[in-house]
Amino acid sequence: MQLDHIDKHLLDVVQTDFPICTEPYRVIGEKIGISEQEVLARLECLMQQDVIRRLGGVFDSRKLGYKGTLCAIKVPSERIDEVAEVINNYIGITHNYLRDHEYNMWFTILAQSSEKVEQILTEIKAKTGINDVINLPSQRFFKVLVNFKVRET
Amino acid sequence: MTLTDLDKKIVIELQAGLPLVSRPFETLARKLDITEEELITRVHAIQQAGIMRRIGAALRHHRVGFKANAMIVWQISEDKILEVGEQMAKLPEVTHCYQRAALPQWPYNFYTMVHGQSREECQNIAVRLSEIAGVTNYRLLYSVTELKKSSMKYFMD
Repeated sequence: MQLDHIDKHLLDVVQTDFPICTEPYRVIGEKIGISEQEVLARLECLMQQDVIRRLGGVFDSRKLGYKGTLCAIKVPSERIDEVAEVINNYIGITHNYLRDHEYNMWFTILAQSSEKVEQILTEIKAKTGINDVINLPSQRFFKVLVNFKVRET
Repeated sequence: MTLTDLDKKIVIELQAGLPLVSRPFETLARKLDITEEELITRVHAIQQAGIMRRIGAALRHHRVGFKANAMIVWQISEDKILEVGEQMAKLPEVTHCYQRAALPQWPYNFYTMVHGQSREECQNIAVRLSEIAGVTNYRLLYSVTELKKSSMKYFMD
């Protein structure tokens, strides 16, 4: 999809600066010089094209009381689809990537307690029969800020 | 701040997404059986408590030109980690930054996620981070395939 200058400006604004007020799309429109209707139409289109995956609240898991970890599992190449299906089935697993390393499948687990995180991990090992998993809970958090400066690209 | 049952319902609505209508909070407020004003006040409170970072759009980053992402794993001595973490977290190219425990089979204790338009750009970022932090023991793990990427659905499990 070709993004024009207005789309790019709009994407930068809706990533970082979404106003919480009665008519947020009108306020966004005023900021970038288009009408509320055009803001809504463009956002609709950007969602349909899957440029925007979601427009909603971005929460701090830890402040909601959730515990999380990062895990990597060694999966034989012929079993990747099948193992991914087992792992991806959990709501608390939001990210799963193949990476170029012998620990090739990397996923995050989020759950309402540490025990629940452990339980999910135990279930994954049991269901897949793969025990070679590294579990890397975070000890100190420095940053999560996933914004992409679209206008510079 | 302790979340009330209403707050949890608000979290559930906001994580599902904001409707694309002129007054989106009014639409959600009606679903929650409260007034638009009450909802907006509550959303501000949830944000001020740091529970919600913001309302915002999550992009498919490869669709806006960021085709490569790398997890850079670092081996950093304990006494330097706080300083290095704060330095790295300041850089806009770094979207995630965590200290994690090292394991015998996995000696890395520090993680940064970077996104670039190509692997070469990720590599250049890594070199720059390495110079800034004065740490040379690191490796890049490029993502090969995205098997799942979704937003967390809190209070749904």
